[in-house]
Amino acid sequence: MAKANASRTAISNDERLGNLRLRRKSAWAKLPIVKQLRVAVGWQKGMLVTGLVLCAFFLIVALFAPAIAPYGHAQIKDASGSFPAQAAPSAKHIWGTTAGGFDVFSRVVWGTRTAIIAIIVAVLLSIFAGVLLGLVSGYFGGWVDRVLVMIADAIYSFPSLLLAILMAIMISHGQSGLWSGILASGISITVVYIPQYFRTIRAEVIRIKESAYIESARVVGASTWRIMTKHLFKNSTRTLPVILTLNSSEAILTLAGLGFLGFGIEPTAAAEWGYDLNRSVSDVTAGIWWTAVFPGLAIVLVVLGITLVGESLNDLADPRLRARKSAGEVVGSIEDTSVDEKEGTSARNEVIAELDAAGNPIAAKPVATVTDYDEAFRASEWTGEGDTGNRGEE
Amino acid sequence: MSATAAPATADQAGKPKEAKKNRLSGGFFRFVLTRFLLIIPTVFILVTVVFFVMRATGDPISAALGGRLTPQELQARIHAAGYDKPLIVQYFEYLGNLLHGDLGTTMTDNQPVVSILARYGSATFELAFLALIVALVVGIGLGRVAARRRDHAADAGIRTFAILCYATPVFFLGLILKLIFAIWLNVLPASGRSSLATEMQFSRLVSPTGFYIIDALQLGDMNVLADVLRHAVLPALALGLLTAGVFIRLVRTNVISTFNSGYVEAARSRGVSERRLLGKHAWRPALIPIITVMGMQIAMMLAGAVLTETTFEWKGLGFMLSQYLKARDFVAVQGIVILIAIIVAVVNFIVDVIAALIDPRVRY
Repeated sequence: MAKANASRTAISNDERLGNLRLRRKSAWAKLPIVKQLRVAVGWQKGMLVTGLVLCAFFLIVALFAPAIAPYGHAQIKDASGSFPAQAAPSAKHIWGTTAGGFDVFSRVVWGTRTAIIAIIVAVLLSIFAGVLLGLVSGYFGGWVDRVLVMIADAIYSFPSLLLAILMAIMISHGQSGLWSGILASGISITVVYIPQYFRTIRAEVIRIKESAYIESARVVGASTWRIMTKHLFKNSTRTLPVILTLNSSEAILTLAGLGFLGFGIEPTAAAEWGYDLNRSVSDVTAGIWWTAVFPGLAIVLVVLGITLVGESLNDLADPRLRARKSAGEVVGSIEDTSVDEKEGTSARNEVIAELDAAGNPIAAKPVATVTDYDEAFRASEWTGEGDTGNRGEE
Repeated sequence: MSATAAPATADQAGKPKEAKKNRLSGGFFRFVLTRFLLIIPTVFILVTVVFFVMRATGDPISAALGGRLTPQELQARIHAAGYDKPLIVQYFEYLGNLLHGDLGTTMTDNQPVVSILARYGSATFELAFLALIVALVVGIGLGRVAARRRDHAADAGIRTFAILCYATPVFFLGLILKLIFAIWLNVLPASGRSSLATEMQFSRLVSPTGFYIIDALQLGDMNVLADVLRHAVLPALALGLLTAGVFIRLVRTNVISTFNSGYVEAARSRGVSERRLLGKHAWRPALIPIITVMGMQIAMMLAGAVLTETTFEWKGLGFMLSQYLKARDFVAVQGIVILIAIIVAVVNFIVDVIAALIDPRVRY
């Protein structure tokens, strides 16, 4: 294998490409985030890792909320009596209590659960509706397409929070319990984000529906449904992970915004950070900081985590934005032609990392921008090594 | 219409020397007209969506006054207001009223919705304008630095700052600013648009504009102006930083991509200074997407204004909206939301025209 590669490179005395060890890609390495994690270098990797750690942390908090939170989300007294109102942080209430006598720490912990459920509901629903509409609209075209595009554009240009308020009024008339409240918030957020998925998918579908393989699928008699689900859907979802992460962070902000305006979930039904912040406005004027700072920081950190992941995915998908400390080392060999002898080369750089991740030794093109990129395309098919093993999703 | 008006615009454009130029200007005029006409379906769709969403839950009278009146009284009120007619009839009546500039009357305090715009619109515009200045100064300034120092510490720092701006809900940022500057340091006022003394001064004005900065200049009293500006600092900063995060990212990405293009490389090889490259060659083409997104951000800013105004008790459209929401006055809510929709559509139109002025490729 080293020989095979060496014969392909023209750079003399440069063994690095030859020494490149192409690992077999496991199913694990093909997972969306893991793949990007291996491609990323430098501070970009730092961003991605920080984001993932933050997300994982909040997921764990949400999962184990009952074990972490010392009190219930609406608990105002325990065996030793009622909780004091607006008490400063102490041993018993490490983040203090609110005006209503709730334990701030417990509310923040329980709020994680509400936030994550709301994200999941909102994202799943809007992906489902948006992708379906986008596929239909892009593939069939005609007046349906025109009307849908017009509606999507009108909604897209509208401030999302206002739309979410309207939806919240429609669904729950404002206040509601845990599940109905989360569903109402989730659906309100969904309506706002459907146009984004719709636009992306539609644009992709229009681009690829003219390509040869769709044409040939039609010729061999594949049904419209099959073309849409098998060929169009799988190839048009390339950009979805990025939009998905960015949207989930917006979903949190919208949920908190609704809660702040008093359109969220009732405090007795579930803990919600936006509602807690709403209650803390008057506290702040009195100099009571702990009721505002902790729920607020929780929102910031969750959104920060998700946004960091989303931004990194976005940058890694766009070669112009990818960190490029050492992009030229193997292919362009800037350092090799440099007169400055101090200019060293590093053994492992972004290009190699990407080659590894892509499992494709020749095409050093950025993975995500290759049109109709097939995940199942493997290094073995390039090098001619006999690997008939798992072709992933087929 | 375009046939008669096209030469006029060409004359206004300045140098109608060649026939080619003439055609271009005509194209520009046609673009403006088409784009203007596109406002109508956009607003129409939004009005329709808003109307049916709001009515899906029932009539606004029961929502606002239900429980406070006997069922008979309620029924009488509903009948008097015409809410017992078929929905489609109500819809067309609403559209008809809208064409006459009538957005309905609020349930709780019996005011025409349009008068709310007249009274509180200026406050929101003032806030949005000041916030836009903050966003542009911070966003363009830091974005260009980040693009120039790409992949260095400054870039990483600025990008982190941008993401933090984006990740912080505007009301939380507002609360923190309030806590630090108004409560702990006690250097700036915590809420409101001006102090009581200033309000008294304004009442002397013959024709107040509602824009406090302009009114203060009219009075010519520096203390009044300082008071107004001191009140505006924190809300404008909170709302402006929210948008600045988006601008930083946008400016950085676009400047980087134009900075790497062939003609910038060519200019560099001719010895044009880096400073000039960044300020002139790479900057202007990068401006177009920035202006387009700016239009969308103004829409977001109006939503952000609802939250900012609520946090700072800044009595504008957003503050009123949240008050009416609390009172369950859905006629007022519907009216204000439609007003905002119209404002957004018009702003987007203006932004598109500006983009077309800068870049001829946008026109079609």
